Amino acid sequence: MTLLHWAVLSPFIAAILIPFLYKYLKRIHTGWFVLILPLVLFIYFLSFIPRTSSGEAILNNLDWVPSLGINFNVYVDGLSLLFALLITGIGALVVLYSIYYLSKRKEKLNNFYVYLLMFMGAMLGVVLSDNLIVIYVFWEVTSIASSLLISYWYTREKSIYGAQKSMYITVFGGLSMLAGFSLLYVIAGTFSIRELIANADIVMASGLFIPAMILVLLGAFTKSAQFPFHIWLPDAMEAPTPVSAYLHSATMVKAGIYLVARLTGVFGGAPEWFWIITIAGLVTLTWGSISAVRQKDLKGILAFSTISQLGLIMSLLGTGSAAFYFQDGDNALYMTAILAAVFHLVNHATFKGSLFMAAGIVDHETGTRDIRKLGGLMTIMPITATISLIGLASMAGLPPFNGFLSKEMFLTGMLNVTEYGIFHLETFGFIIPIIAWIASVFTFLYCILMFSKTFMGKFDSSKLKVQHVHEAPIGMLISPIILAVLVVVFGLFPNLLAYSIIEPAMAAIAPGILSPGEFFDVHITHWHGFLAPELWMTIGVVVLGVILFMTFKKWENTAFYRGERDLFNYAYDYGYDGLVKGSQWLTRIQMTGRLRDYFIYMCTFIILIMAYTMYRYNLPAIQSLDLSPVPIYVWFVIAVFIGSVIVIPFINNRVALIIATSVSGFIVALLFVLFRAPDLALTQLLIETVSVILFMLVFYHLPKLKKVKTPPKLKAVKLIISIGFGLIITLGSLSAFSLGQEANYSSISEYYTENAKEEAGGYNIVNVILVDFRGLDTMLEVLVVALAVLTVVSLIRLRFKGSEDV
Amino acid sequence: MELLMSIVIGIVFSVTIYLFMSKDLLRVVAATLLLSHAVHLLLLTMSGLQRGAAPVLSFDAEAYTDPLPQALVLTAIVIAFAVTALLLVMSYRTYKVHKTDDLEELRGSADE
Repeated sequence: MTLLHWAVLSPFIAAILIPFLYKYLKRIHTGWFVLILPLVLFIYFLSFIPRTSSGEAILNNLDWVPSLGINFNVYVDGLSLLFALLITGIGALVVLYSIYYLSKRKEKLNNFYVYLLMFMGAMLGVVLSDNLIVIYVFWEVTSIASSLLISYWYTREKSIYGAQKSMYITVFGGLSMLAGFSLLYVIAGTFSIRELIANADIVMASGLFIPAMILVLLGAFTKSAQFPFHIWLPDAMEAPTPVSAYLHSATMVKAGIYLVARLTGVFGGAPEWFWIITIAGLVTLTWGSISAVRQKDLKGILAFSTISQLGLIMSLLGTGSAAFYFQDGDNALYMTAILAAVFHLVNHATFKGSLFMAAGIVDHETGTRDIRKLGGLMTIMPITATISLIGLASMAGLPPFNGFLSKEMFLTGMLNVTEYGIFHLETFGFIIPIIAWIASVFTFLYCILMFSKTFMGKFDSSKLKVQHVHEAPIGMLISPIILAVLVVVFGLFPNLLAYSIIEPAMAAIAPGILSPGEFFDVHITHWHGFLAPELWMTIGVVVLGVILFMTFKKWENTAFYRGERDLFNYAYDYGYDGLVKGSQWLTRIQMTGRLRDYFIYMCTFIILIMAYTMYRYNLPAIQSLDLSPVPIYVWFVIAVFIGSVIVIPFINNRVALIIATSVSGFIVALLFVLFRAPDLALTQLLIETVSVILFMLVFYHLPKLKKVKTPPKLKAVKLIISIGFGLIITLGSLSAFSLGQEANYSSISEYYTENAKEEAGGYNIVNVILVDFRGLDTMLEVLVVALAVLTVVSLIRLRFKGSEDV
Repeated sequence: MELLMSIVIGIVFSVTIYLFMSKDLLRVVAATLLLSHAVHLLLLTMSGLQRGAAPVLSFDAEAYTDPLPQALVLTAIVIAFAVTALLLVMSYRTYKVHKTDDLEELRGSADE
């Protein structure tokens, strides 16, 4: 365990302490204690920057299950560090914000912070592990923590719905991802990402390449809310706003992006990887931005805008993966896309975080997030309005904010795609920048809509439940202000980040492309000249966006704008209902409550499995059977035995049934004598006698046996199953016997035979085994009998209240 | 001998399984009893039958029958007895409470 391991686990340890702090220090808001942890971690991770920016990676090993290749290896390179800084940095701001957002008197703060810390630790685990299985474990913990936080206000029906939905979709993805990881292990024999990247050519050549890739991508796409799995994210907005800002925009939903970026080194260069990710990203980008326009809930708009921005980053990673096809790191043609992806990742966290917090402030102060009820808040909440304006302008891609820079870079990346000349891009490539441009128009449109509906226009207090609307307390404003300042600072001085954060992250996404000591060229500029197509695309976006906004009155009443619900929700709802109904139906036809039916299932299954196993290992081909001779008198014993057993099903008389059963029992005792097992014979005789008495006692109270009339079809089924079962047992017994002979193992009981006298001082080996060598087992066996006796006594003596003799 | 016993055990198993699928509680209880016999014989048969003297050292024989399966079976006989006794009393009790021993009528009620 190194300091890095402890850093990953520290949030979990803190989560254990939170309930105590909450209980015993009620006067202080629990958030203040929590705040310390992400702050310390953030500073700790900042100290890694000099090392990662020089191209160094830190790897600390800790064996977990080495025999299965599962090790908790913490790996820090540029990409991990970028995410770790986001998680702890945004985490600290969100905790600070939540202290003012969640009232210490009304809310169950212990739950909230325990879940939040659990999430923080799990997320750090995802981005800092080198082992796929460890990543998977932490990945699922983030899903669970996310669901718990969405259902934080668990009395609301919508919260539960949202929590379930996110759980189902992300856990489904997680399981697919696990399957994908397993396939990767099958191909390359390792769970370590670095070793997989080193063996990328083996993975690429394997026939399992495509299935593994698709399964892994399912995990990434569900987590990062890519189309059509995006539907859980808008419903996740039922969570408290700090959670939405943290999990559902800045960190957790970027886990999928992290995974894609991380595994680009394994899968990158394949046309399937390129196309699937690029198309999924572009569709998500467009669908999200168009859907965002239709939303009337502030957080709804932000949710769809997050979806669309995630799609944007995803498509950039998809197009950037071409770098692996060319193996040529200097080429700005495709590295621009990866640069844009990393840069936009940071920018999105800053502006979207501030926007969520601003939306939370509006909700907190006015009691609603419905843009139809809001308006004119600019004069009442000037600081919040300014923060929102900065965030929205950045998101819309306006200068001089950081969003403008990464948006331009995104357009450059998409334009570059047409020049790749691979993967059929010369034919279809031109569509990519067009889609990107259309999506940008809608992005611009919902940004203006959001701002104008909330902060401009007329303030109408009659629509609000709260009487005196005022600006939020300063504590609540600190975090969004910090983020808004970052938006401006990164916008004006982008090169602050260039070689400290962005370049190491790029190098980590595209490993092995640079030779050691080389660096990617990261030079972010605001101005590309009048002839740059990006400039004209941005101008076009603004012009068209403004025109659409001006004509808002015209399309306000169309079906497009009035509907809010995403079409794919219906698919989910129908699918969910169908699943529930289908499972109920399946349970109903199986669980009949008939012992007979259950027995038929079990026996059929046993027969099939045993028969398949015997067929698979050629067991019926029994070679040599060294059978012991059968003396003549044994035939008589056996004949009586079989006779007494076979008549039992035909008997319809109680006493006869008992007699036939006990005859078989006594013959078993006789057989034990023949098989040289005197102890067994004695015990069997005793037990059989007691059993007969018991039977008689109980039979006396029970009704007469009925003449059974079974329908012939059922009778046939019963016959087939019982005979089949008998056959399987006979074959199994023979094959076990012959295998035992063929293998010629020395029996483990030789030890007992040799040592019975010396060690235990007894001559009867069976007795010695029972009372000496395995004495404890026998004692527990006696305990079982005692328990049975107690149950029998209580069953007989127990009487119901009010009835005399039951 | 092992071949013969294997076949016999198969027959007992068939009868047992057939009985288990009947409607009367009593037949089911009888089936559990038979099943335990069959399993005990199966354990002995699989280890080989009549391969030496009974496992008592004072016989001073050259070879002894494998004592381990016998120890197993001895334990199993006792446990099987406990199970049978329990089942018998349970079926008695069930009949007293529900006034029937027909498994078809003893199925769970609809409002479960």
